[in-house]
Amino acid sequence: MSVNATPAGADVAADGTDTGGGRRAAVPTQRDNGRGKVPLSENKRAERRLGWLLCAPAAFVMLAVTAYPILYSVWLSLQRYDLRFPAEREFIGLQNYVTVLTNEFWWTAFGVTMLITVVTVAVELVLGMGLALIMHRTLVGRGIVRTSALIPYGIVTVVAAFSWRYAWTPGTGYLANLFSDGAPLTERASSLAIIMLAEIWKTTPFMALLLMAGLALVPEDLLKAASTDGATAWQRFTKVMLPVMKPAILVALLFRTLDAFRVFDNIYVLTSGANETSSVSMIAYNNLIRGLNLGIGSTMSVLIFITVAIIAFIFVKLFGTAAPGSDDGERR
Amino acid sequence: MAEIVLDKVSKKFPDGTTAVRDVDLEIADGEFVILVGPSGCGKSTTLNMIAGLEDISSGELRIGGQRVNDKAPRDRDIAMVFQSYALYPNMTVRENMAFPLRLAKLDKETITQKVEEAAKVLELTPLLDRKPANLSGGQRQRVAMGRAIVRQPKAFLMDEPLSNLDAKLRVQMRTVVSRLQKQLGTTTVYVTHDQTEAMTLGDRVVIMRGGAVQQVGPPQELYDHPNNLFVAGFIGSPSMNFLTATVEDGTLRTALGDVPIGDRIRRELEGADAPRDLILGIRPEHFEDAELVDEESRRRGMEFTAPVDIVESMGSDKYVYLSVEGERATSAELEELAADAGAADFSGAGSNLVTRLSAESTVTEGEDRRVWFNLEKIHLFDPSDGRNLTLHEGRAAGALAD
Repeated sequence: MSVNATPAGADVAADGTDTGGGRRAAVPTQRDNGRGKVPLSENKRAERRLGWLLCAPAAFVMLAVTAYPILYSVWLSLQRYDLRFPAEREFIGLQNYVTVLTNEFWWTAFGVTMLITVVTVAVELVLGMGLALIMHRTLVGRGIVRTSALIPYGIVTVVAAFSWRYAWTPGTGYLANLFSDGAPLTERASSLAIIMLAEIWKTTPFMALLLMAGLALVPEDLLKAASTDGATAWQRFTKVMLPVMKPAILVALLFRTLDAFRVFDNIYVLTSGANETSSVSMIAYNNLIRGLNLGIGSTMSVLIFITVAIIAFIFVKLFGTAAPGSDDGERR
Repeated sequence: MAEIVLDKVSKKFPDGTTAVRDVDLEIADGEFVILVGPSGCGKSTTLNMIAGLEDISSGELRIGGQRVNDKAPRDRDIAMVFQSYALYPNMTVRENMAFPLRLAKLDKETITQKVEEAAKVLELTPLLDRKPANLSGGQRQRVAMGRAIVRQPKAFLMDEPLSNLDAKLRVQMRTVVSRLQKQLGTTTVYVTHDQTEAMTLGDRVVIMRGGAVQQVGPPQELYDHPNNLFVAGFIGSPSMNFLTATVEDGTLRTALGDVPIGDRIRRELEGADAPRDLILGIRPEHFEDAELVDEESRRRGMEFTAPVDIVESMGSDKYVYLSVEGERATSAELEELAADAGAADFSGAGSNLVTRLSAESTVTEGEDRRVWFNLEKIHLFDPSDGRNLTLHEGRAAGALAD
């Protein structure tokens, strides 16, 4: 685009915005236009119209299910709006944000969420990589190995969470009887550990699946070359496999981090947020649904949204995570 | 630098297939040996076994006099160049070439110096800080070579290193590889499926088929004195012509007329179990336009007349395709060669003879032309096992030899 910085540039910019969704397909056409400044031919105009028509339904659905709720919750977050006191509804600007961000419960929950996110994602990465390597290298019974490794991911989270809860219930639970004298789910540290364990158990297979796709990107010849170049198995892994897999690893980490930050169901079932084990999603839920405080609840939701956006931004901009499928030409 | 010895080396896969069968091969120090054969002949498996990337099922492999069967690739001190180049995409050219040296824990200065030396030899100096993704195929290939030579290993193993290049570049790189090998004097084993590469590059060529070695020797010897039908058909482009021939009353009845045979061949064919039906092989350059043959050579050959199908003028000479009557020669070897050339299901019409005539020949398409061929250069093969019957103590002597 920068090529056309001449008077034609204005036209091009207009074209660029104007084509919107159909941009990818229309790129060559645009370039032709920009250079020659020829008015659009009938054919091209029809093509552009078709492009608009084709992406309109998708654009509409996106607006309806994402843009509207997001904007509405931002709007709610700027109001004092408690369903228990509907009469006091009032626009108060950023007052709710001040309230939330100066509240220690929010920061405790934020700390808990961060802790869960960092620990679970880190452990999942290591275990997932191990599992991916095993699944990738398995020669016999590949199908069985893969299926059995994926079972935890196939179980509904709430169901799995309940089975963890029963397992850690003193008296009846086998894990509680094995490892603990007291009631582990009634203490903060052990509760958090159990929540993280449940999270890790459940999502490691997903991590492994993403990483296995990355492993398939490593050409066999590269590993052979490394071994003739004198690399040990560990050096092959760290110096060849990991760098080549980096895009896949980053995508897996991004997905998992965003997911982990929104942790809810395990906590809901295991502790209901007792003993300061609430995550940010949990307290947002408590304020919004249980407390019926739409203003504060929405504020928390918006803050979660912003945090998640920041995490995604860091991954994409700083680590250069590419969306799966978009090839930057570096990977071969 | 070292010699490589394969002593009855075999490779059996868990599913029971034998990829390589009892290969005996002695590669001298500094020698350039080519393994060639159609796909699936076991040449790459053999190379991988030398590299240590595949286990050896039985037999012994010695590099520099030392048994290395159970040694990991990294302990064999060999360097390998792959068809896909296998450059590390995350490293620059410099880092790629330095990789084996860094793993060998050399100090930084030595590494820089060695990498720069190798880069100079391969004219890679201006590309040292680029990533492989920003290089052309030929440049990548040179980086792969560079990574192999920096380490000064005992041997180079090359697995079809030029196959991904376009035709012109391939010819150019062939000379680069050849010169480099002579300069460094490092033992080299080179795998290719391209018989031209095999003929032009190697000191010796090993022709493989179905996991077994068919013949080992200098390129010219394989060309002139092929052990069997397979070698004869594989080496040479355009390949040797094969015709059916029947032994009758002391002559060979062929589509080109009755070919007289000498005493030695006759004795060979007199045995009770000697074959009645043979395959006659003639290389294209052993034909000549009968008008251009002098009296002297006329006596050494015989003539026939055949309709000219197509004339391809190459400038230096003419490829003339003749239609001859009679059945196409068939045997397991020939079918395999045809399959490898991708022509298994395509036989053209009739039995076509490819001949290479002098450029001065006035042959035109459509006419009937009188063509001469050299009887001293023909080969006779036993279709059942492909054995070359004209071979006597390793030399082919044609059909007339006494």
